[in-house]
Amino acid sequence: MPDTAQSSHAVWHVLTARRGQGKLHWTDIFTYLYLGFGLFLMFAPVVWLVLSSFKTPAGLQEFPPTLLPLGQVSVAVEGHAEPLLLFDVTMEDGSVRQLAQIRRVGITAQMIDPANPEERLQVPIATREPVREFRMALENYRDPLERFNFMRYLWNTVVVTFAATLVTLLINSMAAYGLSIYEFRGRNAIMLFVIGTLMIPITVILVPVYLVVTNLGMINSLWAVILPGAATPTGVFLLRQYMLTIPRDLIEAARMDKASEWQIYWRVVMPLAMPAVAVLAIFSIMWRWNEFLWPLIVLNRSEVYTLQVGLNSFQGELDVQWHYILAMTVVTLIPVVIVFGFLQRFITTGIASSGMK
Amino acid sequence: MARVYDKPQTTGEALTHVAATPVRVLFRLLDYPMSAIQRLLGIGGMPWLFLLPNLVFFGMFVVIPLFLNFAYSLTGGTALFLSDRPFVEGEQYGFLFDCENYADPLSCREDRFWKGIFNTAIFIFFQVSFMVLFSLITALVLNREIRGRGFWRAVFFFPVLLSPVVVALIWKWILLRDGILNAFLVSIGLERILFFVSPDWAMFWAVFVSIWAHMGFYMLILLAGLQAIQPDLYEAAEMDGTSKERVFFRITLPLLWPNMLVVIVLALIKGVQVFDEVYVLTGGGPGTATQFIVQYIYNTAFTNQVQNFGLASAASMVLGGVLFVLTLTQLAATRRRDNA
Repeated sequence: MPDTAQSSHAVWHVLTARRGQGKLHWTDIFTYLYLGFGLFLMFAPVVWLVLSSFKTPAGLQEFPPTLLPLGQVSVAVEGHAEPLLLFDVTMEDGSVRQLAQIRRVGITAQMIDPANPEERLQVPIATREPVREFRMALENYRDPLERFNFMRYLWNTVVVTFAATLVTLLINSMAAYGLSIYEFRGRNAIMLFVIGTLMIPITVILVPVYLVVTNLGMINSLWAVILPGAATPTGVFLLRQYMLTIPRDLIEAARMDKASEWQIYWRVVMPLAMPAVAVLAIFSIMWRWNEFLWPLIVLNRSEVYTLQVGLNSFQGELDVQWHYILAMTVVTLIPVVIVFGFLQRFITTGIASSGMK
Repeated sequence: MARVYDKPQTTGEALTHVAATPVRVLFRLLDYPMSAIQRLLGIGGMPWLFLLPNLVFFGMFVVIPLFLNFAYSLTGGTALFLSDRPFVEGEQYGFLFDCENYADPLSCREDRFWKGIFNTAIFIFFQVSFMVLFSLITALVLNREIRGRGFWRAVFFFPVLLSPVVVALIWKWILLRDGILNAFLVSIGLERILFFVSPDWAMFWAVFVSIWAHMGFYMLILLAGLQAIQPDLYEAAEMDGTSKERVFFRITLPLLWPNMLVVIVLALIKGVQVFDEVYVLTGGGPGTATQFIVQYIYNTAFTNQVQNFGLASAASMVLGGVLFVLTLTQLAATRRRDNA
């Protein structure tokens, strides 16, 4: 099979070629095909979500679906208080006229020509098509924010994200400072202990952490989400590795100036460790904004739901209201897109250098 | 003492600057009490003071729970508090492992547990192998001389940052009975497929969506590994007239292998704990076709009518054992890579 042989050959070229080759080989074309397909596969689902989120419930039920959100055009006609819906009607002679509907009776509709309101026509409904235009159903966004608890979920998530990130940064940077600046007996033991806790993700200790949280009286309070994940071994690691590179002379100099250890921590070491602290801050924000399993377990009342838990409860309802769900999914997505838009390079280099997510 | 804050240069730095302000106020407020403590403890006690908050959190939410978990797994009943629970020794483990034939989940007394293990194994097998394959191809493509590399990297990476619930809802909307994928199938003359009714399709999409969401992360690690390979090696190979295939197998792959190992083990660790996306996407269905081990634990402890904390704890001890081995492997792999 020469064809497959040739194309597998081409794949190898793409896989092995590197930058800096002058002429356009057709393996370059494969590269761009791969990228183009990737672009479609990664972006199209999100674009489809956003387009769909602006459709009315009736528009969402259509099969096959229309690409853009459409709404039926209506016109004001003299002698009628309400605006009338507009249709394209195929007449008996084959011509197409735009008529407005006054009322529908069984399989015929009473129609009127908006240009000539005197004349009334009886039209079988099978011969008409609604006239539609691009229209966004903004009520999909307005209703959940106004009528349901969605604002509440949004607020809860903001509180959790902000508070948890503050606590995480504070206690992890303190621990990293203690483990990087001082030589003391037991330091290696503590490091081993921190490595050890890396091995115990929340999925392994769901039941006992639930018990601890219950004992502390935090079930159905946001603290139950904020506190258990605040001390992260990865965070301590990341910050410690960075702080180890800070020259000891600086710290000795500060001690000469009679700075207290606490002052050295926050006025000398923390500002120098800012790049690492910022990476941890962004990760913490992402973790908390997106966290799902643990909030699902400890938050059982709608008032304390976070966005993720709230969204999941919407989609689990018997009568799934997709027009609201899609719109709220977009709302949930927006902060992440904004953060990523501004900090893309920062996040990707952070991940590449620390190997954490 | 000189302050080391520079004027923010980029948006990122400006944001960090703004976010850091309340923290600085807090630090300043703590200046006095901390100095007092230092006078009391002496400088030798200070590292412990800095470590204290973190150790308290680890202790309360990791170490104590770990022992409690073991204790729970040895008790029965439905009470939450340990003191109200009868001690049953290894009964829970016995129940979990009571099988006539370990190759057939249905022959086990707790068949849902074994179904969960089998499903997780199948999921991991396909998810990890295809994810590593595609993240490798993507990293290789992005490592070529292409215009707008930053943009393309972002294209493949951004789903990593989306929440699992959002990812699942995006795809659920596409895959529904009247979804756009079925509209496409009908338009090219095929039959509609009810993806969430067929066990095989549900598993396929669980794997697919999970790869879609997480591939970018592993791609970044591999891309960093590729970019760390010395260009002289390629130049030397080119001068020798070495074929592209040989360059790939003799230079790129061996030098990338430590990174590949890290990626594989990391993907395994995440794969064993798969829950979020699939739970929202399929709910574990149809039946138990996409119910994984974490969902089994979650259901057993928290959603079933009878909250069986003992059984859930025993199952999480099993999961913990698997993760323990995998994490040791990960640490070994990372160490090997960083020392290489």
